[in-house]
Amino acid sequence: MPDLDPIVLFFIFGLVAGLMRSELRLPTAVYELLSVVLLLAIGLKGGVELAKQSPGSLLPQMIAVILMGLALPLAAYPALRALGRLTRVDAAAIAAHYGSVSVGTYAVAVAWLVSREIAFEAYMPLMLVLLEMPAILVGIMLARGISAETNWRLLAREVFLGKSIVLLLGGLLIGWAAGPVALEPVSALFFDLFPGVLALFLLEMGLVAAGQFGSLRRHGFFLVGFGILFPLFGAAVGGTLGWLLGLSIGGTMLLATLAASASYIAVPAAMRIALPAANPALSLTASLGVTFPFNILVGIPIYQRLAEFLHGPGV
Amino acid sequence: MRTDDRKLVTIVTEAALERHLADDLKRLGAHGYTVSDARGEGSRGVRAARWDASSNIRVEVICDDATAEKIAAHLRAHYYDHYAMVMYFSDVGVLRPEKF
Repeated sequence: MPDLDPIVLFFIFGLVAGLMRSELRLPTAVYELLSVVLLLAIGLKGGVELAKQSPGSLLPQMIAVILMGLALPLAAYPALRALGRLTRVDAAAIAAHYGSVSVGTYAVAVAWLVSREIAFEAYMPLMLVLLEMPAILVGIMLARGISAETNWRLLAREVFLGKSIVLLLGGLLIGWAAGPVALEPVSALFFDLFPGVLALFLLEMGLVAAGQFGSLRRHGFFLVGFGILFPLFGAAVGGTLGWLLGLSIGGTMLLATLAASASYIAVPAAMRIALPAANPALSLTASLGVTFPFNILVGIPIYQRLAEFLHGPGV
Repeated sequence: MRTDDRKLVTIVTEAALERHLADDLKRLGAHGYTVSDARGEGSRGVRAARWDASSNIRVEVICDDATAEKIAAHLRAHYYDHYAMVMYFSDVGVLRPEKF
C-alpha cells in the first residue's frame, strides 16, 4: 500500500472533526492568511515560469482555455435545468461555479504530482487565472440575458477585482518581474512552507465541507449526482484539450483537474452580488460539500489515469 | 445629563454587502456608521463566519428619524427579498447632536 498523502489525511481529519461537531476551528484571520499565502505562492511559481516562455507562444493555449471556460457552464446549464428542474437563476449560478475553478483543488493536484515526481508545465497558474473569470460572465448572461439593466461596471469590479484573482495576478506579475534568483529571500515562506500551509488550509476546508453535509440532505440527491458526474465530464473535456494542445501528462492532468473543479471563493462572492435571487446554499452545497471532497479524495488519481490513457502507452 | 434623541439603526446582514451598504448609507444621509463582524443563526441557517461566503456583519448607524426611515425603506426595497438581513431600531441619547 502506498503511503497516504498527508495533505489528503489533513482534509479527512477536518471532515471527521467537522462531522463529529468538534469545537475545532481555525480563526478566520488565520484562514484568510493561509489562502493569501497559497494564492500568492501559486502565482509566483507560475510567474517565474512565464518569464521563460517566449511571448505569444502561449497565446493559442490561452485562447483554447478561455473557450473551455465559456463552454463548460453552457454544458452544465441545460443539465441543471432539465435533469435537476432548477430555476433559471439557480441553474445559471451553479453552472458558473462549475465552469470556474478551485485553487485549493489545483494546489492539491500540484502537490500530488510533485510528490510523485511527475513533470508538468509550470506556467499552469496562468490557465488557472484565465479559467476563473469567463464562467462568471456566462452564468450572469444565462440568468439575465444581455440587458441594459445590467450594471457592467459594478460587475466588472466583482469579477476582476475579486480577492483570489487579484492575488493570483499579483503573484504572477511579481514572479514574472523578479525571476527565480531575486525571489530567493521570500522562497522560505512561499515555497518551502507551501506543503504545511496547504495541509492547514485543507484541514479548515474539511471542517467547512463537513458543515455543508447538513444541507445536502435538504437539497436532495440530484446535487450529489451532478457534483460527481459533471466534474468527470469536465475532466474528460479538460484532459482531451490538454492532450490536443500538446501538454505533458502532468499538464494534461492539471487541465483536467481544473476543468473538473468548482469554485467556492470567487464565484460565490460574484454571484451574491450579480444574481441575488440565486440560492447560495445550492451552489455551495454542490461545490464544497460534494465536488471538492470528491476531487481531493477520488478525482485527482482518476484524472492522472485519464491523462496517461490519453497519451497512450509507452509515453 | 442632558442628551438629544436619535435613532440607532442596527443591520445584521451578509458580509458580501458591506461595500454596497456603506455607499447606500452615505447617500441616504448617514454621517457615519460602524461595522463589526458577527455570526449567528436565523431563517437562512447558521452563518458561522467561517469564511467569506458565510460571514455576517453588524452595521450600526446613529441618525435622525427621517434618515432612519429613508434607510429602512431603501434596504427593504433592495435587499430584503434576496439577502439574509435583519434591521431594528432603538432610541438612543447622544451628547453631540450635530455629529449625527
